Amino acid sequence: MTSLLDMLTADGDPASAGGYADHPPRMGFFTDTSVCIGCKACEVACKEWNHVPEDGLNLTGMSYDNSAGLGAGTWRHVAFIERSVASGGRPPQTPPSTGGSIPPYPPGGDEPPEPALDIRWLMASDVCKHCTHAACLDVCPTGSLFRTEFGTVVVQEDICNGCGYCVPACPYGVIDRREDDGRVWKCTLCYDRLGAGMEPACAKACPTDSIQFGPLDELRERAARRVGQLHESGVAAARLYGEDPADGVGGDGAFFLLLDEPEVYGLPPDPVVTTTDLPAMWRRAGAAAGTLAAGAVAAFAVAALGRRR
Amino acid sequence: MTESDVTREGLRGVRPGSHAHPGRNAGPWRRRRRGERPMVPPAEFTSYYGKPVINRPVWSSPDIPGYLFLGGLAGASSLLGAGAQLTGRPSLARTAKAGAFGAGCLSMVALVHDLGRPARFANMLRVLKVSSPMSVGSWLLSGYVPAAGVAAACALTGRFPLIGAAATGGAALLGPPVAAYTAALISDTAVPAWHDGYPEMPFVFAGSAATAAGGLGLLGTSLLAASPAEAVPARNLGLFGACLELAAAARMTRRIGMVAEPYHSGRGGAYMKAGEVLAVLGVAGSLAGAAGPPLSSAGQRFAGAQSLGRLLSGPRGRVVTAVSGAALLAASAATRWGIFHAGMASADDPKYTVVPQRERLARRVA
Ligand code: SF4
Ligand code: SF4
Repeated sequence: MTSLLDMLTADGDPASAGGYADHPPRMGFFTDTSVCIGCKACEVACKEWNHVPEDGLNLTGMSYDNSAGLGAGTWRHVAFIERSVASGGRPPQTPPSTGGSIPPYPPGGDEPPEPALDIRWLMASDVCKHCTHAACLDVCPTGSLFRTEFGTVVVQEDICNGCGYCVPACPYGVIDRREDDGRVWKCTLCYDRLGAGMEPACAKACPTDSIQFGPLDELRERAARRVGQLHESGVAAARLYGEDPADGVGGDGAFFLLLDEPEVYGLPPDPVVTTTDLPAMWRRAGAAAGTLAAGAVAAFAVAALGRRR
Repeated sequence: MTESDVTREGLRGVRPGSHAHPGRNAGPWRRRRRGERPMVPPAEFTSYYGKPVINRPVWSSPDIPGYLFLGGLAGASSLLGAGAQLTGRPSLARTAKAGAFGAGCLSMVALVHDLGRPARFANMLRVLKVSSPMSVGSWLLSGYVPAAGVAAACALTGRFPLIGAAATGGAALLGPPVAAYTAALISDTAVPAWHDGYPEMPFVFAGSAATAAGGLGLLGTSLLAASPAEAVPARNLGLFGACLELAAAARMTRRIGMVAEPYHSGRGGAYMKAGEVLAVLGVAGSLAGAAGPPLSSAGQRFAGAQSLGRLLSGPRGRVVTAVSGAALLAASAATRWGIFHAGMASADDPKYTVVPQRERLARRVA
């Protein structure tokens, strides 16, 4: 019930909506992918701190990314995007001065140089978004998923019965069921560490401060400054993702600074919490149930008419 | 590294911002302006190495499509059972009530079997959440299955008629919601083919439920009933259900555009097609079995089909009716399997998540 209330109170204070009268500020992550170096310290720190079991030592063959995506065994996932981009509009690279002895390249000298190829390498550490309107939490039938006093979303593993409803409900593909264990697992935003006044393991381990942890209000201000700074220095593609409380999930508790479209990183471009449409779904289901009952009545009425004839 | 300490009272310590400028010296995106982006045709999209955006449902076949099918069969059969009792059709009433209870139980078994921790099934009744169709459904089923059980027991043993009547009424009241809530259940996910179809999905499910119950009623009465007239309401319900199911599914797939592709191709498409064909055959057969000329002559025209001819020679073609009933049951099941697999396919391909969301964004900007 709190989650329906949660949906109605779009003030971005999920802890209050979740029933906490007196609570600490909403905590979250700001992941600034522009400074991510892809070292995966966050992935390792997360697995170590949370005792996340080994879930296959596979090589995906697609890039340096071998954990492939978020799931029951990967609560931080570092995406590697390697793309060659033809540098249209860039001045042709002039060969460096050779000092006379080395022949100029290309041989012949007067051929126009090949258009230079730029390799663009984007790295981003993905994580559970701790949505303001969290679909996983809304649909969980056992109440295993709950809202903490920090405004984050956490699974209670002693209650989850592994129905798996939360898995396809999440619009970001975060939460997943562990095969051998039968329950679902995801980032807890290190609920245990937060309770002890420490920052989450991934943020602690990140060497470049790509993962920043703090009160969400402060992170949003910091992110706005950062994106302005990047725009000023010519990185027009820099944009924030998930920071807007007016978006389809009411804003993410863990949001990002991206350097390309979200789908390039495997993120949905316009996620909407599925329960937005649930009132309409219940109305339609009610109408359909009524139609079914009416159809049954009609089936007998028509039979009675036929009999009388 | 500095550390911002979070305490229950708030934050202690400050972390510096980051000041690196990755675009200052190099990088192709530096000079990219809006006008320089290549124009892409609408169907093209980017993804992360073709990986799905959402996680694939962990639900498996036959558990979950079976759960959808059996829940529908049970709910609509309870309506048929109550009507049959009211109008004095004992064989139809027995078939429908026993079928409703059996299907209701099996549907629970399928649901429990699909849980990662079946022993914790009772946790479903730990809370009641209107925001979770699975929670609402668990409560519905926990009221419905006992009612259907008492109704079936009284109908089969002929004892406690008053209690039986009350239970039959209760099961008939809970039946339609039991048949319809599963549509809200699968639509209330981020699976594109399920979510986007939410306005029509409950009608597909209600229709499919009526198809199945009609089919079971035809099958049961053709084997048990003394008078073929008992089968008439079942045939009507099957006809109604098949029309509703096919019309609602056609409307849904037409409306949701490219997201409907998995309903027309692959495994989902094959099941949906089979559902259509079986529904048409079942309806045609049930009408022929009821109103057509004695089918024995038709059967005997084939050499070596004497035995078939004998089977068909019953009054108004009992066998045709029975086969039609089975076809309607199969049609309903095929539709559920089709919807299940179409949803799985739409979850596996990032196209169905990214393209509609891009279009939605473009519409909002325009
Ligand atoms: S990102 Fe997914 S798993 Fe995380 S809170 Fe949102 S809906 Fe739940
Ligand atoms: S799998 Fe566990 S956490 Fe997820 S919805 Fe079911 S009971 Fe809740």
